[in-house]
Amino acid sequence: MINLAVKPNVVWAVGGVFSLLLLASIIVSILQWRNPHKDYRELRLRVNSWWGMIIVFTLAMVLNRKLSLVFFGFVSFLALKEYLSLIQTRRADRRVLLWAYLAIPLQYYWIHLEWYGMFIIFIPVYAFLFMPMRMIMIGETKEFLRAAGTLHWGLMVTVFSLSHLSFLLALPEDHNPIGGGAGLVLFLVFLTEFNDVAQYVWGKLLGRHKIVPKVSPNKTWEGFLGGVATTLLCAWLIAPFLTPLSIKHSLIIGVIIPIAGFVGDVVISAVKRDIGVKDSGSLLPGHGGILDRIDSLTYTAPLFFHFMRYFYF
Amino acid sequence: MNRVLRFLFFGAVVRTVVLILLGLNVRHRERLPVQGPAILVANHNSHLDTMVLISLFPLRLLPKIRPAAAMDYFLRNKLLAWFALNIIGIIPVARKTEMPSNLTSCRAAKPVHPLQGCKEALKRGDILIFFPEGTRGEPEQRAKFKSGIAHLVEHHPEVPVIPIFMHGLGKALPRGESLLVPFFCDVFVGEALHCTSSRVDFMLNLEQGMEALEAEGGFKEWE
Repeated sequence: MINLAVKPNVVWAVGGVFSLLLLASIIVSILQWRNPHKDYRELRLRVNSWWGMIIVFTLAMVLNRKLSLVFFGFVSFLALKEYLSLIQTRRADRRVLLWAYLAIPLQYYWIHLEWYGMFIIFIPVYAFLFMPMRMIMIGETKEFLRAAGTLHWGLMVTVFSLSHLSFLLALPEDHNPIGGGAGLVLFLVFLTEFNDVAQYVWGKLLGRHKIVPKVSPNKTWEGFLGGVATTLLCAWLIAPFLTPLSIKHSLIIGVIIPIAGFVGDVVISAVKRDIGVKDSGSLLPGHGGILDRIDSLTYTAPLFFHFMRYFYF
Repeated sequence: MNRVLRFLFFGAVVRTVVLILLGLNVRHRERLPVQGPAILVANHNSHLDTMVLISLFPLRLLPKIRPAAAMDYFLRNKLLAWFALNIIGIIPVARKTEMPSNLTSCRAAKPVHPLQGCKEALKRGDILIFFPEGTRGEPEQRAKFKSGIAHLVEHHPEVPVIPIFMHGLGKALPRGESLLVPFFCDVFVGEALHCTSSRVDFMLNLEQGMEALEAEGGFKEWE
């Protein structure tokens, strides 16, 4: 028997996630069987990619903490690489980008050390000051501000924001005896991703009134509000099982997560629209790239983390 | 022994670098040939180009895949020559930069044609990787194709020519740089071309096929 690095409640919750996924697969199969002429390939691809993502995520979370750090670091790496491949980088900055990549192992190393002070200022302060200096050493001033600005924005989104997920694992376990750090991560990731799906489904079912037509014409008020309601309900139901949240706080978080998730989603949509691409990549069939999948998390992870830290740790 | 090393190199090292450190966005993968003989024609910006093209194929095809590469560059010392010939599996091509693009006048005088090795490989049913620019050139810029490829196709009219456009590798590892910076690489596979009655027409078709693939990505210049 392997010694799992998580609490029993987390194991049950993971079981719940897999049951949901199984249900989704069954529903897609039934849909296909009842409407043999309709093409459900896109939906099936999406669900299959979910299987892959959730299996990898579960293994990384459950086996041990170092592995989950490496896993989250790798997700940051993929996201930063996707971002840097999409944006217009300057030829002169090729080697500067290597330093930006180096920020990833460092940022996750601070988390490994549980060094909160360094973790929270490393990218906003040190990387922010260092990157322009490194660019100056090369000396190309054409488009300097655009290059320095876009590079730091990318680091903030793909490394700084995302690494908050990982720091949830480094919070002291005794403050959350029922779920531990893994319980918090699972709670946050599940609500964020489930909210994405819920907003999509409510939008498909009832969507009428566009919410941000210029950025994301498929997003509707009905989808957004349906997502908020669904996520609020889930947060209220799941919080006592995985987190130390009081009922009042679980309801507040149940509103923060769907709103922040929505904003993260449309912010990345705006970036893609600016660059002129539909998907950020093709890493996850049916979803697009890694940025398409973690867009909401880049907003929900820091907000949830600081909420928890302020009230409970 | 060298065969095993080649499998290990491409199976373990190259795939790790290409699929994890870099990462590929492949469009129209179904247009890749499933067996030889075939010629893959690609734009050339980086040493990584060959590695990426070979990684597009399953490992069982590895013995069949042979990149054509400049003899003067890859055989310039013993160690590099061993590596290029046995591990990368190149077919050396004698490249003469001062030679006019119209090869016909000089061909008669030469006892062995520079593309002789390529012709033999196609006869064996290999999948040949060919960079008609002849050199890596400036990063992320495509130079005019040389017409050696047309000559090759003329001799093997039954062999399909698959144009492949790659973008991003010139950023990851351009000529003259030794540090690899990770970037996702786009690989667009085009429709197979066949020999036409005239070389000029073939070259025109090839250039157009390549331009169409390049346009599909809508990439901006890298400056």
